[in-house]
Amino acid sequence: MKEQKKKGNRVLTILFAVISILWIYPIFIILFNSLKDTNSITTSDVFNLPGKGNFAGTANYVESVTGMNFLKSFWYSLVISVMSVLLILLCCSMAAWFIVRVNNWFTKLFYYLCIFSMVVPFQMVMFTLANTADRLKLNSPYSICVIYLGFGAGLAVFMFTGFCKSVPMDIEEAAMIDGCSPIGTYFRVLLPILKPTIISTAILEVMWVWNDYLLPTLVLDIKKYRTIPMAIQYFRGSYGTVDMGAMMASIMIDIIPIIILYLVCQKHIIEGVVAGAVKG
Amino acid sequence: MIGKALKKYWPLFVLPTFAAFIIGFVWPFIWGIYLSFCQFTTVKKVTFVGLSNYRQIFSDSTFGHAFWLTVLFAFLSSILINLLAFVVALVLTKGIRGTNVFRTIFFMPNLIGGIVLGYIWQTILNGLLSAWGQPLLALSAKNGFIGMLVLLCWQQIGYMMIIYIAGLNNVSPDLLEAAAIDGCTQMQTLFRIKIPMTMPSITICTFLTLTNGFKMFDQNLSLTGGEPAKATQLLALNIYDTFYARAGKQWKGIGQSKAVLFFLIVVVISLVQLRITSRKEVQA
Repeated sequence: MKEQKKKGNRVLTILFAVISILWIYPIFIILFNSLKDTNSITTSDVFNLPGKGNFAGTANYVESVTGMNFLKSFWYSLVISVMSVLLILLCCSMAAWFIVRVNNWFTKLFYYLCIFSMVVPFQMVMFTLANTADRLKLNSPYSICVIYLGFGAGLAVFMFTGFCKSVPMDIEEAAMIDGCSPIGTYFRVLLPILKPTIISTAILEVMWVWNDYLLPTLVLDIKKYRTIPMAIQYFRGSYGTVDMGAMMASIMIDIIPIIILYLVCQKHIIEGVVAGAVKG
Repeated sequence: MIGKALKKYWPLFVLPTFAAFIIGFVWPFIWGIYLSFCQFTTVKKVTFVGLSNYRQIFSDSTFGHAFWLTVLFAFLSSILINLLAFVVALVLTKGIRGTNVFRTIFFMPNLIGGIVLGYIWQTILNGLLSAWGQPLLALSAKNGFIGMLVLLCWQQIGYMMIIYIAGLNNVSPDLLEAAAIDGCTQMQTLFRIKIPMTMPSITICTFLTLTNGFKMFDQNLSLTGGEPAKATQLLALNIYDTFYARAGKQWKGIGQSKAVLFFLIVVVISLVQLRITSRKEVQA
């Protein structure tokens, strides 16, 4: 019977190996096409490998970076993601600690509003939010992080409060008795304990902000600033002939950093997903 | 004690987040509800019209179509994703060789954003369809719908799989051993022990897939753009389209009232679903 089980497992391994290859095949198709001469990318032969006649080398990537100004988009995406996520992590962990330790009607209300905000679809607030952002001059890549903090506060506060509740109050009180101010206690005691939750939350928020399309489209001025998803949509959505080669290259430039980041900190990402789901 | 000391520091600890929350959520939300009762083209030209926007929603045939399509899409995608993710998770908790590699690969698509996903699959599906002599995505509502299902499965199976793996790993080995001693078949172990014990994960995953299906926007926009003739438009895209792509001064108000309705639908569905599945959770 053990023999049989072993055999069964081997069959499963082979089956899953095949499925896995098929699973990431779409990414490879885009990669192959990004290496083809742009005129030879047609609907019917996207599955052909680049051959001698149409191998374009890095031409499409050069076109994407120079012609579409893709490096600029990359920069905006990076700035927005980094600034927003750092702000969310710092402010929301502070707020969550406050909510847990100061127990009154205000903190309770704030907490339930945060949970409520997670269910609300973005379309509900898109028009009014874009307008508010415009009026308060929060419509540049360097100030949009305030909007992200506001709209993203729900999930982050929720995750942090879940964890803060499990931190024993004794540790914090010991620090206070030893003469630590609340600020000191927060930075020296609480932050180190919160580290795993901070990483999990950071990952969930980065995945959201980096890939977000509608919010920056409505808030930022599309003529001046384009994040990567905006650039790709703008590029593809405009009518007329589309430079397919540059398009494929742009997609690859968007995906490659994410995949590298994923392979490097895979363990944290998967733990982050589980933590987010268990609390959510 | 700590609470008392902390309370004095509220401008530092809670004010920034609260202020941003008001700007980014509370105010737009309340204002949005108000505007759903108004006719407006810009925020300066607002006239109160009462319930007229809501009445007009029902005479707009695109909304009804988008609504039923979204319901169908959300349920189908939720069932497909959960079923497939659970099966994959079952296999990947058996301890077969290569488990870690498979897990890494299955999860990967989840990191790619909706817009980019849409264009990846547009390229591939159009290639396949043209090879099979079928109408392309933008020309056939049926193909577009199936395309969206395929896309969403590809994106989310990995995510749900991770949650199911965590759930299955939490099933106590004692229970499984006891079942084996009592002579349970594999099927019995699955239906009598593994599934009931992973009910919390099932609750979460159904919740996530249902709400994701309902709220799907980016993938819809980039894969089909609602073509042909708005036939593959889901609710979120329909609302966006009503707001920004239609000429006529009444549409923004109608769009906003559609959004309020959409919000209510999402809330009701999530509450009902949480009720139903969490009732099935058991204690061991």
